[in-house]
Amino acid sequence: MPLSIDRDLALHLETLRKERGDTVRVDDIGDIVRSLLGSMSGDLSGGDLKLYQEVESLAGYIHKAKAEIAALRPQDIQSEFIASATDELDAIVGATEAATNEILDAAESLDELTPDLTPEHAQKLTDVTTRIFEACNFQDITGQRISKIVKALKHIEERIDDLVNAFGPELKEQNGAAAGDDGVITDEDLLNGPQLPGMAHDQAAIDALFND
Amino acid sequence: MAVDKNMNILIVDDYKTMLRIIRNLLRQLGFVNIDEATDGAMALSMMRSGANYGLVISDWNMEPMTGLQLLREVRSDAKLKPTPFIMVTAESKSENVIAAKEAGVSNYIVKPFNAETLKTKMVSVLGDF
Repeated sequence: MPLSIDRDLALHLETLRKERGDTVRVDDIGDIVRSLLGSMSGDLSGGDLKLYQEVESLAGYIHKAKAEIAALRPQDIQSEFIASATDELDAIVGATEAATNEILDAAESLDELTPDLTPEHAQKLTDVTTRIFEACNFQDITGQRISKIVKALKHIEERIDDLVNAFGPELKEQNGAAAGDDGVITDEDLLNGPQLPGMAHDQAAIDALFND
Repeated sequence: MAVDKNMNILIVDDYKTMLRIIRNLLRQLGFVNIDEATDGAMALSMMRSGANYGLVISDWNMEPMTGLQLLREVRSDAKLKPTPFIMVTAESKSENVIAAKEAGVSNYIVKPFNAETLKTKMVSVLGDF
């Protein structure tokens, strides 16, 4: 006999497909499994029983996975670590680009001196500035490599976003509660490394704080 | 025939620091008439506007028009078709080189490159200078 499913369950599935497409919350999957089990009636054959056990085992696995993923605090990874990493990488590109342009300014200024020099000295100076121009190639390659990393991080961020949406508001609440701060600053909290441009105190502000 | 160092050269790269590096290296090789474009579409527009370029040196990875698309446009334009075209890019996979060759690139330089490589490839395309 062909497999048929309960009409209410079929409507529920259709509604979910329309509303959520391929991203379905785990709670919804639980509802569907429950509906599926509820629609099973009459004498259960050995095959039905095996299917029932497999579905039950699957539900248990999903709940366990949900708890483990919640413990990883995926929203922290998304909102704090990945966002921070991409900002830091952007700052690296900006800082090395600024430094490269300073180096190029200096090399071009040196190059402009060649007409005032003897041909021998002018050639030596040109050889040196050529090496500087060649070395500045690194900035383009570094920028492209970092852009690839930023792209990969953004892809991970999107996948985490899908994951958080699939688990629904319950996971978000758990993360919010877990991320609470007790207000105590530890030595580890003070190890933050260089600050992003605009976030850091400049020397004048440091002096003001120091002399306060 | 000797290479005319007063020829117009068009360099194309979306990264302005790289344009600056190539311009300086070309100047040290004695070439002074250098125009810049920051993507393929801008380069194509400059080429079609009547400027007679003796050489195009182009990056590959640019938006909205890539260096490969620019190359294909140049090779399919009866007037621009003979223009020597050197690709300077970090794209170093063999399929990239094959695609560029099939599109009619004159030579191919992988970034990072040095002045000697630039000169060697220019000589292979333009003749000795």
